Amino acid sequence: MATPFSATPKVQSVVMRGIVKRFPGVVANDHVDFDVHQGEVHALLGENGAGKSTLMKILYGLYQPDEGEIQVNGRPVTFASPLDAIRCGIGMVHQHFMLVETLTVAENVALGLPSSRGFVTDLERVAARLRALGEQYGLPVDPHARVWQLSVGQQQRVEILKVLYRGASLLILDEPTAVLTPQEVEDLFRVIRQMVGRGHSVVFISHKLHEVLSISDRITVLRDGRKVGTVRAAATNKAELARWMVGREVTFRPEKAPVTPGPVRLAVEDVHARSDRGTPALVGVSLAVRGGEIVGLAGVSGNGQRELAEVIAGLRPPTQGRVRLLGRDVTAWPADARADLGLAYIPEERMRDGVILPFSVAENFILRDHFKPPFARRGILQPQAILAHSQALIRAYQIKTPGPETPVQHLSGGNIQKVVLARELARAPQVIVAAQPTRGLDIGATEYVHAQLLQQRAAGAAVLLISEDLDEILALADRIAVIYEGRIMDVLPAAEADPQRLGLLMAGVARATG
Amino acid sequence: MGDWGHILLGVLASGIRLATPYLYAGIGETLGQRSGVLNLGVEGQMLLGAFAAFYVTYRTGNVLGGLLAAALVGLLMGLAMAFVSVNLQAEQGISGIGFYLFGLGLSDLLFQKLLGTVDSVRGVPDAVIPGLSDLPVLGELLFRHNWMVYGAYALVPLAWFVLNKTPWGLMIKAAGENPHAADSLGVSVARVRYATVTLGGVLSAIGGASLSVGLLKIFQQNMTSGLGFIAVALVYFGGWRPVGVLLGALLFSLVNALQLWVQVLGLPIPADFAVMAPYVLTIVVLVIVVQRARPPAALARPFERE
Repeated sequence: MATPFSATPKVQSVVMRGIVKRFPGVVANDHVDFDVHQGEVHALLGENGAGKSTLMKILYGLYQPDEGEIQVNGRPVTFASPLDAIRCGIGMVHQHFMLVETLTVAENVALGLPSSRGFVTDLERVAARLRALGEQYGLPVDPHARVWQLSVGQQQRVEILKVLYRGASLLILDEPTAVLTPQEVEDLFRVIRQMVGRGHSVVFISHKLHEVLSISDRITVLRDGRKVGTVRAAATNKAELARWMVGREVTFRPEKAPVTPGPVRLAVEDVHARSDRGTPALVGVSLAVRGGEIVGLAGVSGNGQRELAEVIAGLRPPTQGRVRLLGRDVTAWPADARADLGLAYIPEERMRDGVILPFSVAENFILRDHFKPPFARRGILQPQAILAHSQALIRAYQIKTPGPETPVQHLSGGNIQKVVLARELARAPQVIVAAQPTRGLDIGATEYVHAQLLQQRAAGAAVLLISEDLDEILALADRIAVIYEGRIMDVLPAAEADPQRLGLLMAGVARATG
Repeated sequence: MGDWGHILLGVLASGIRLATPYLYAGIGETLGQRSGVLNLGVEGQMLLGAFAAFYVTYRTGNVLGGLLAAALVGLLMGLAMAFVSVNLQAEQGISGIGFYLFGLGLSDLLFQKLLGTVDSVRGVPDAVIPGLSDLPVLGELLFRHNWMVYGAYALVPLAWFVLNKTPWGLMIKAAGENPHAADSLGVSVARVRYATVTLGGVLSAIGGASLSVGLLKIFQQNMTSGLGFIAVALVYFGGWRPVGVLLGALLFSLVNALQLWVQVLGLPIPADFAVMAPYVLTIVVLVIVVQRARPPAALARPFERE
C-alpha cells in the first residue's frame, strides 16, 4: 500500500433522505433531505440550533440517525463511525479544530493511519506528501511545526489537509470562517474554488449570508430542525435567505439615530498589561470613548482585547498607565467601585464570567447588588424585592425562561446573554464595555443586543464594543479602533472604514496611509 | 579502595537496584496518563502483584509461574480500572483510591489466610554474566543484579520508542491531549485507554513482584508502604516522559539507599529523619519541577462524544 486511502473512490453524489435525529427534549433534525453533487459548493444555512451541525455529524458518522437513509454514489450506506465515512471519501473540518496541539502537523495528519513502515511511524513520508498536497491546493504549511505554534488560519489549513490526505473528495466545512480575518476568508474561498475545480465537493456550513451567497452554488436553509428549502445561490438574495432562516423579515442595518457625542466618559491612557501567561498583552494602549458614542475595537482574537476589557473592568491590574471613568482616575479602584460609578461590563466569556450557571435567573440579576437595599436589609436577603425586580427585568428584556427561579444554565445562549444585559443595563450605566456581545448568538438575539446597545448610545452612554465580527462593528460603531498584538494600529471614523482596510490593520499591516 | 569507597559503591549499587519497582509502576503509569487516565490504584495493584508472585513461587518453587500470576492479577486489576474510568466514566482519583484500598485489604487477607507468617523464597536469581559480573567496581555496580532489574531498565527505551516512534504512540498521546481529535479520525479512545491502563496494571503488578520475589524474597503486609504512590508522583516529576521517570526513580532510590546506609553505619542522624528524607525530597522536587511540566490536557477527564 503506497499511500493510504489512495484507492478511495471520488464522491459523485451524496443523498440524505428523511433524516430524523432526536436528542432528549428536542428534535434536532426533523425529516431533513439534503444532497450534494460532485464539483459543487452546497451551503447549509441556519440559526444556532437549527440542526446544521447535527445533520453533518450524521453524514460524518459521529451521530447515527434515528430515521432516514444516506446514499453515496447511489448506494445506501450506514456510518457507524467517522472511519466509515472517511472510507467513503467524506471528510469534515470541525468548527472547533480537532487538532492535538502538542503534536506536529505531520503527526496530526498521520494520527490513526497505518504506517507504511509497519510498527514505526513514517512521518518523513507523510511530510513529503503533505508538502505536495499543500502545493496542489495552495495550502502551504510546515509539516514539522507544532500545532500550537500556528495561527488559527494555519491550523485550519492543517485541518483541510488532514481531510484531503485521507482521500476525501467531499469536504464538510463547519463554520470555517468564524475565526478568520477577511483576508484569510478570501484565501479559504480561493482554496475551496480550487478544490471544487478538481472535482471535489464542499458542504459549507455558515450563518453569514454574504459569505454563503458569494461561495456557494446551492443553498439549503434549516430552521428549528426542519428544511425550509434549497435554492440556487444565483436565484436568491440576503433578504430572502434571512426570512427563511429566522421566519420573519430582518433588518440588517439597525437604525442609528444621529447623536452628538458628549464629553469623554472612558479614557485609557498608555496602558500596559500582561496576559495570564505573563507575556505582554497590552503595549501602550490609549483610547477614549465619549458619551453617546460607540467605539468599535476590531481585531483577531487574542490580540489583547480580553486583557483590555479586564483592565477597564478592574479585573486585571495594568503594569503601567491609567484608566479614567467619568473623568476620575479609577486605576486603583476595585471592580465593584467602578461598577457603582456607572460602568457596565459584558464579558467575552459569558458562561464563565457573566453568570453563575447553577444560580437562578433572579440570583444572577442581583449579583452586583445582593448586599444593598432593597435586595438585602440588615444582611438578610429580601425575596419579595428580588422577585419583583426579576419579573420586571424578564418582561422588559423579553427573556425566555420558565421563571425567575430557573437555573441560568437551562437557558439558551441568547437568553443567558439577555440576563447579563439586563443586569448590567438596568443599572443605568454611563460607560459600557461589551466584549463579543453577540458571539454565538443567532440573528434574532443579535438584533436584540444591537438594538439595546444603540438605545444606550442614544441615552448618552459611552460604549466600547469589542468584536471580531467586522459586520457588527461596521453596523454599530461611530469610530473604529483596530488592535494588533496589544497595540492600537489606528482609529478610523466609521465612514472611512471598510472591511479591506480594517482587515489589513487586523493582520498587523502597518498603519493605512492617507 | 578504602572503606568509604566500598560504602559509596554499595549505595550506588543498591540505589540502582531499588529503582526497579518504581520503574515498572512508573512507566506503566506514564503510558496510562499519556492516554488521559490517572490511575491512583497503582499501590493496590503492586501489593496484589507482590502477593501473587510470592505465593505461587512459594507453593510451586517456580518463579516464572509466580511472575505470570502477578501479570494475570495486574491484568484483571487494570481491566477493572479501565472499565470504571472508561465505561463508567468515574472520577479517576477517587476510584483509584478505592482500588488501592481493595488491593491493600485483599493482599492482607490472603496473606493471613494462605500464609500466616513471613517466610522467604529463593526468588529471581541474580545475573551472572561471564566476564562482566567479575569486573572490579563496574561488576558490582551494574552486572550482579537480579534479572528483573534489567527488565525494568529495558522498559525505559521501549516506552520511549512506543510513545515517540510508533503509530500507537501517536494514538496514546492524542487520546490524552485531545480525545475529540482522535475520535474524529476514527481512533477509538476507549480502546487506547483500555490498552494503556491494562498494560499499566500488568506493569504495576510486576513492579510489586520485583519487590517480593526480586529484591526482598519475602512477602509481608503492606510491604510497598507508599511506593506505588511515589511511582505516580514520579510520573509528574518526569514530566510524563519515560526518561524523566527514570531520572526521578534513580534520584529517589539513591536517597533511599543512602538513608539505609546512614542507619546501618549508625551515623549520628536520628533514624526517623533519615527515613523521612526521600519523602521530603519528593515533595520539594515535585513542587519545583511540576510547575514547569505540563500534564496531558485531558488527564483524568472521562471522554464522551459531546
